[in-house]
Amino acid sequence: MTELIIPAIISCIVAFFTVYLMIPPLIKYLEIQNLAVRDIHKKGEIMVVRPGGPAIIAGIIASEIVLYAFFQMNEILAIMITSFLAFLVGYVDDRKVMGGWFKPIGLALAALPIILLGAYDTDLAFPLFGEVQIPILYLGIIFFMIVITGNTVNSIDVANGIASGFMIIASFSLSTALFILQNYEIGIASLSLGFVSLAFYKYHKIPSKIFPGDSGALTLGAMYGAVAIVGQVEVIAAVALLPAILNSFLFLASVKKIVDHRELNEKPVELTDEFKLKATKNKRARISLVRLIVATTPLSEKEVGIVIFKLALFSAILAIITTFMMEFKL
Amino acid sequence: MHGPLFGFLFLMWVLVIIGGAIAVTILGPISISGFGEIDPLINSIVKGIIAIGLSIVWVLILAKLKNLVFRKTFNA
Repeated sequence: MTELIIPAIISCIVAFFTVYLMIPPLIKYLEIQNLAVRDIHKKGEIMVVRPGGPAIIAGIIASEIVLYAFFQMNEILAIMITSFLAFLVGYVDDRKVMGGWFKPIGLALAALPIILLGAYDTDLAFPLFGEVQIPILYLGIIFFMIVITGNTVNSIDVANGIASGFMIIASFSLSTALFILQNYEIGIASLSLGFVSLAFYKYHKIPSKIFPGDSGALTLGAMYGAVAIVGQVEVIAAVALLPAILNSFLFLASVKKIVDHRELNEKPVELTDEFKLKATKNKRARISLVRLIVATTPLSEKEVGIVIFKLALFSAILAIITTFMMEFKL
Repeated sequence: MHGPLFGFLFLMWVLVIIGGAIAVTILGPISISGFGEIDPLINSIVKGIIAIGLSIVWVLILAKLKNLVFRKTFNA
């Protein structure tokens, strides 16, 4: 057990402090470069720098290098390279707004290292009913998974602290699931994601000092997807991510095409005079998770965040129940 | 106040479990032979088509449930 505990502690410390210590100089650099956007949910012209993606990917790479030094597993390399490629996709989109198809295609290509390194198993495990063998079809699932997790985490980045806070809950529940299933090495890799998110949350929570940008959100999402694939916990990971999947589903169901949210003019929520979020009366505006949350009563940004975290916790509990259901076969 | 959201997440979870049951009991046992070396490819294509069909049905059911669960919220 010691051979697992020491790498776990070191990689988590490295993950947390790399991000925690890197962000203050990154904020200064981004301020000098004038890479800031208006925080639209705040009174006045509050500007917040972005992207925080470079600090996030630095934390991920540093912690995964530590883990690779201990375990020398292709799965860890696959997680690291996939996360880095997703970061590049997001960084390009941060610097130059690309079309709606850029991120899905870019993220699909980011999944290639998982296939090239053979860091996957072609059996897809379901709770209660066992596994299904889909050797060639599973390759499609790998691409699909990274695209979905990357984009859904990006889509939940709707207010201060939500994307990073959501990822803390989702990745710790995924780690718990992996430990229950005795997949310890990948569970530790997932823990690193939780600690990276935790360190970023310190600066991302209300009032945000930095936004993750697409480079940060896509990196977190792609790493989560990569952990799910190499850890063979795809269904459990999807369950823990349900609130973000619901948000993406609502988006696609109301917009009915793949398009970047920045290309849409009608906003799903508006601000009251007290700077609370309320649902728009505009019938043409898309439906979103936040719009549903504030549909009956206007809420502050912090209150909206708390509701989303409660939904994330609920899904995390469902994910853990799903994990135990994996142990039983009907 | 946000009960319908939690309820909808629970329904999504139930659909995931049912989807898994269908995948294992229907998709899993499918085996087509008689095409020689391309048997695995044919099997995957057939399973892929069925999986896409099931996914579309899953999304349609979810869309119906969304309208059902959030009807009051949408009208608010």
